[in-house]
Amino acid sequence: MKPILIRGGRLVDPASGIDSPRDLLLRDGRVAAVEAPGKLNSAIKSEGAEVVEAKGLAVSPGLVDIHVHLREPGQGYKETIASGTAAAAAGGFTAVCAMPNTIPVNDSVETTRWMQAAERGAAIRVFPIAAATRGSMGEALTEYGALKAAGAVAVTDDGKPILGDAIMRQALSTSARAGLPVIQHAEDTRLTGGCSMNAGALAFRLGLRGMPIEAESGLVERDLRLLAELKDSRAHLHVAHLSTAAALDAVKRARRNGLRATCEVAPHHFILTEEAVGNYDTHAKMNPPLRAERDRAAVLQGILDGTVDCIATDHAPHAAHEKEQEFERAPNGITGLETALGLTMAVLHGKHKLPVSRVIALLSTQPATVLGLKGRGSLAVGSFADVVIFDPAEQWIFRAADSKSKSKNTPFDGWTMEGRVKLTISEGRVAYRA
Amino acid sequence: MTKTKTAPRKSAPDTPDAAVVPSRSLLSVTSLRVADVAEIMQLATELEDEDPAARAQRLYKRRVALLFYESSTRTRTSFELAAKGLGADTTLVSALSSSIEKGESLKDTGITLRALGAECIILRHPQSGAPYLLERETKLPILNAGDGMHEHPSQALLDLRTMLAHLHKPKHAVTETSLSGYTVTICGDIFHSRVARSNMLLLPKLGAQVILSGPTALLPEVAATVGPGITIERDFDKALAQSQVVMMLRIQAERLAGRHIDLEEYKVRYQLNGGRLAPHKELLVMHPGPIIRGLELTSEVADGPQSAIAEQVRNGVAVRMALVARALGAEKAKKTGAVKATKGKRA
Repeated sequence: MKPILIRGGRLVDPASGIDSPRDLLLRDGRVAAVEAPGKLNSAIKSEGAEVVEAKGLAVSPGLVDIHVHLREPGQGYKETIASGTAAAAAGGFTAVCAMPNTIPVNDSVETTRWMQAAERGAAIRVFPIAAATRGSMGEALTEYGALKAAGAVAVTDDGKPILGDAIMRQALSTSARAGLPVIQHAEDTRLTGGCSMNAGALAFRLGLRGMPIEAESGLVERDLRLLAELKDSRAHLHVAHLSTAAALDAVKRARRNGLRATCEVAPHHFILTEEAVGNYDTHAKMNPPLRAERDRAAVLQGILDGTVDCIATDHAPHAAHEKEQEFERAPNGITGLETALGLTMAVLHGKHKLPVSRVIALLSTQPATVLGLKGRGSLAVGSFADVVIFDPAEQWIFRAADSKSKSKNTPFDGWTMEGRVKLTISEGRVAYRA
Repeated sequence: MTKTKTAPRKSAPDTPDAAVVPSRSLLSVTSLRVADVAEIMQLATELEDEDPAARAQRLYKRRVALLFYESSTRTRTSFELAAKGLGADTTLVSALSSSIEKGESLKDTGITLRALGAECIILRHPQSGAPYLLERETKLPILNAGDGMHEHPSQALLDLRTMLAHLHKPKHAVTETSLSGYTVTICGDIFHSRVARSNMLLLPKLGAQVILSGPTALLPEVAATVGPGITIERDFDKALAQSQVVMMLRIQAERLAGRHIDLEEYKVRYQLNGGRLAPHKELLVMHPGPIIRGLELTSEVADGPQSAIAEQVRNGVAVRMALVARALGAEKAKKTGAVKATKGKRA
């Protein structure tokens, strides 16, 4: 593997607080040097470094998505680890955390290892998130210590939230000892049976059963109460794809009380509202559902004011024939890996004037911190050579048909994006080149 | 895709949702302008009055498919009679006697019917929004004959025709004020009712006030916010006292999904019986059917002089003839004689 010299670019590295011209030398899969422009040119001769010219481009730590569904093992027709990570690389990601709702559920050391094996053909680093309970059935905990040793970075029962108080308490205390966060898809499924969109006037008019806001906020509040009762500073609850003002308030309060509670928001939840369901568009069907304007504005505000820890896509590929069904019958979820940077830059930077470094913090540095991914989300010397080079000003139109994902289920087909990925380097190797 | 204020703008040239939306479909009453309603009412009368032999020329041998995923007596029969009355060939596909039972999707069933020559599909389906899917996938005109809890637009139109006849305006052109000053109470299982949704969204367009009445479990507060001219009055007797028309609904046990209703208490508060109706001699009683005698209304009311239930069914055929004719572009009568005359002149 030849060293790579990235020169002439604008280094945007929130971890080291740098947003200025720097050259970067990558060697043996790590960041070897970060210096003022021109200072590393000797590496071309001395070690035969390959040169990447980054004039006019931003050079950032590779993006980190802590919530993706890669569908392997078991549902290769929707996505494979190879296709999902190729899409991730094209979107500027160098690390993704794969949810355990595969077939079989990833509740074992074997599956956790299988997902990380070289034979899967991953273009970038995959960190499995293991099931919190066996088969995600909410009854018996999995082996947290062993799963962590096998490479799992968190535990969750994602789409099958842990409702029982006792088992959730157990999960929080056991994971605290193991040093793993518990991620909760906060949905009180006792309140959402048969529901397919956000509750409210629109759901009523469309004749669809609606998921109330309380189904999310109620479970977040319950989880935070259990976390508080535990009195173990190592215990860490991470709220997945938070979508309501009420849940955000609960997280804010808990943090003020010193609890270790973090949360992520998906791009669709701060960009779209339930109106996108329109005439039963299944590409606007996801869980949690798109909410009303009030909630969209609140989670956006939470991102802008720093309450929200990070952005995660909840990339959820589904085959065309599955989405071409009656709305209530179609599966939840949309793809997101190739649109995350372009949408986030357009909205947070383009419209709301958030500095590019804050956008990168939300998409790289902070998610890496939330799940404790050491050496990721940073371009400090010694970090992994995970780099995304992108043009922060370039506008382009996203075409679902051109997606590298096996699935094309996205509401953002034909949307104008801002910020285009030119090169993605994963641990010193080129993973994507535009 | 609906644009939201914060969203990056979508490039204009290829908005997928701007794709073909045949205006001849009827999926929801929300797409109907007052002028459309007027036209449909007028056409219904014209077709009803037309000589049957001439009427049967309008859609002579054209193919109309009835695709029914749910059971139906009134709607299916009257759509079928309507299409046949216009001369069309009809074919009925129902879920239990077709490949739907073998797992064929709605999309593939629609494509199959189109390949067999169907030019219009009349769809009844247990899931809300199914007609939109069928229209997207087949690009054919679709008539919504009831989809889940969403809408039943042809029922609302035949209900309107029934009301207009009783309010002594059967032959008048329909306008924004045709129902001004009239109040219609819809009572019962509003939450699960597609008939209620279509009526509460249609009638206020013509000036009517709509009162919804029922217990919270069957009538959430949010119902009053879906459109203009809708209020909630949970005291059924107070609602009746303000109304010229009352529309009773069946409790849809098949869609209750865990909601528990105490039927005895329900009857006390919301059953339309002789005693409750007695003070309101002018009140027109309607029901989309099927009726459950002894539950939402009693036999003496259903069969009584104020009941318009059978009339509603009769109006179904006329209104549905208009909708089928409209779907297939046969609003104008075929003037065979005129054609001959032209030919004669040329010769």
